Amino acid sequence: MTTAPTAAGSTGRRPRGAARRSRAGTAFVAGYLVLLIAFGVLPTGYAVYFAFTSAGGTFTGFDNFVTAARDFRFLDSVGHVAVYLVCWLVSLVVFVVGLALLLHRLAADGTGKALRFLYYVPGALAGAAGVLVWLFMLDPTVSPVRPLLAALGFDTFGEVVAPGNLPVLFTVIAFWTGAGGWIVVMYGALNNIPRDVMEAARIDGAGAWQTARRVQIPMLRKWIVYMVILAFAGGAQLFVEPQLLSLASVGVAGRDYSLSQLTYDFAFQLNDVNSAAAISVELLVVSVSAAALFVARSGFFDAD
Amino acid sequence: MMLTKPSAGTGARARRGAALLVGCTTALALALTACSSGGAGARTSKDGFAQVAQADGALTVWVDATRMAAAKQYQQLHPEVKLDIVSYDGDANGSNYLQTKVQLFNRTGKGWPDVVFSSQNNEVTWAVDAGFAAPLDKGLLPAATLGGFAKGANDVCTVNGTLYCLRNDLSQVVLWYNAPLMKQFGYETPATWEDYAELGRRVAAEHPGYLVGDAGDAFTPEIYLWAGKCGANQITGAKAVTVNTGSEACTRMAGLMDGLIANKSMSTTGVFSTDFAKNEADKVLLMPGPAWYGGAVFKDTLKTPAQQIAVAPIPQWKGDGSPATGNVGGGTWLVSQHSAHLEAATDFLTWVTTDNAYQGATAPGFPAYAPAADNWLKAQAAAGYFVGDLAPLKDAAPQVWPGWGSGQFSQEAIWAATVKPGMTQGRSIVSLLPAWHDSIVKYAKSSGYQVSQ
Repeated sequence: MTTAPTAAGSTGRRPRGAARRSRAGTAFVAGYLVLLIAFGVLPTGYAVYFAFTSAGGTFTGFDNFVTAARDFRFLDSVGHVAVYLVCWLVSLVVFVVGLALLLHRLAADGTGKALRFLYYVPGALAGAAGVLVWLFMLDPTVSPVRPLLAALGFDTFGEVVAPGNLPVLFTVIAFWTGAGGWIVVMYGALNNIPRDVMEAARIDGAGAWQTARRVQIPMLRKWIVYMVILAFAGGAQLFVEPQLLSLASVGVAGRDYSLSQLTYDFAFQLNDVNSAAAISVELLVVSVSAAALFVARSGFFDAD
Repeated sequence: MMLTKPSAGTGARARRGAALLVGCTTALALALTACSSGGAGARTSKDGFAQVAQADGALTVWVDATRMAAAKQYQQLHPEVKLDIVSYDGDANGSNYLQTKVQLFNRTGKGWPDVVFSSQNNEVTWAVDAGFAAPLDKGLLPAATLGGFAKGANDVCTVNGTLYCLRNDLSQVVLWYNAPLMKQFGYETPATWEDYAELGRRVAAEHPGYLVGDAGDAFTPEIYLWAGKCGANQITGAKAVTVNTGSEACTRMAGLMDGLIANKSMSTTGVFSTDFAKNEADKVLLMPGPAWYGGAVFKDTLKTPAQQIAVAPIPQWKGDGSPATGNVGGGTWLVSQHSAHLEAATDFLTWVTTDNAYQGATAPGFPAYAPAADNWLKAQAAAGYFVGDLAPLKDAAPQVWPGWGSGQFSQEAIWAATVKPGMTQGRSIVSLLPAWHDSIVKYAKSSGYQVSQ
């Protein structure tokens, strides 16, 4: 008698709780879905439509792609973006993983906490603001690190932004603005490695280096792949760094540097939105293909 | 029973959620279509273009930071006019902000400003095709007003014989110099380029560190090579250009600059660079530059004290019978074809380009409207910043060499990206002339120009 109502009550409550959970889930997903459709799927569809039509709206096949590829800046931009991506991805993987491992080693004492905070701080600055900070850093007249620039042989802003230096400069800026967040993510992932695995490695006589190489890095692999996929997509769309640099240097460096800048030129200076869309679609195809390759080769979605 | 009911409920809710989602998406799609099809009202043809129905309301004026004072002064003098003043970068240094925005407004069908100031003088090369700039000499402005502008001032505003903008200021190149310093060193202002080069050599030897000019800005070719009649940018039609950087006129002037750069009497940092303001502001002996250098560079940027800067005619080559000079920019004012306040827009435009209260008194540059220019010269003399007579400015106004045009592609951007990095590496300008030529040809072609060489 006394148990029956409770049992009935509990059976009545449980589905209601489940319903609330599922309702909350639907609401969250729906909110995301609306935004995804409005700002992801629809614009992409719009771009694909533009890429295959003329200004008047008639289907033109690959004409826009040919127009874009024939522009004298196209191949240069592809080269620039490719070199930048190599510099950016290699430095990202090497330094983010390295610094995260270091951070994990130091986690025990206070320096670890301070470093974790420091790494994250630049990431809290919005992208464009971060780039502006760097424009000051790189101008020897106003730079706080002027002696360092002078030691490297740079006395004027013009020398710093010479064309050959740009991939390295953009990598440094992107690393400073974007890597901090990834270091914190990797640090979190390192903390998720079971304590007994680390303990076993220690008992087997593995030093810091061997633990990192044989235990920690293999277990971080999926996180690294995830970072590379997102960094590749972001890096291929390089825009803010060269665009701001071109404004700051009054056009000496960074104008027409990346593919995204070329799309901007096509759309707004040559009034050719269709060719601009063609380049955007190419970037999308390249980024999605690269992501697919990484996912397939790394077994990203395989259950552990 | 108890278990199936809630699940059915969730199903219904999920369906409702999906319906809501579809609803939202449809609403969004509708909003987007509404955006792209709006603004197409009935238009009547008048003053040479199809005008929208005129209405009351605020006149939207876009100006750069420098012209903000003009808009505010107009508001003060005309308190009855509702004015919405918007500040933007004035398209300075080829930023293309205005063009970008107009392309977007053309897509959404609304949002155009009524009157716009641009510090570039090539806006009509795209603004006419974009259906933005209104023709001004087909009824909007009387011929008497237009006739008052300096000879050739509005050439950059003319497309196929129709006027689409008004010049704000002229930017004829003259030779600025520091009068007390010249006197102290015992130098005469050079009348020929040969004398100028010789003076550069003497300054390098006798007073190292002092400058006879600067070649570090994006508009450097418009100062020296334009004045030297180098045919790098001969706009011959609406979409046609002749490019020739290998002529005697080009190599001679480039060689002169190379010599002065080598002996360090000509700097390569650019007058607006932080470096120049910090290290070279008090080292300027001579400085070929446009009319607006007086206010914008010496007075405002370098903070040169009053009673030092004077102006002389730009040097000419020995034996050249037809004096020529260059030109650097000179802002323009445009009226939108889409304006619903054309009467107010025209009144503002007329006031801001011709009225003595602004152009004749407080304007920072040499007015393009000749009667205002006379007043402006008097006002400058009365203000007492410059030494001596500013008459060389007036004499230079009609001498701008007409062989250098104003195309859609930015000559300044091309020079900055092609020649400047080479100069930074220590290469001579003469050796960079072929690369400059190739770059102009490429940019002109990609902007749809017919290129002759």
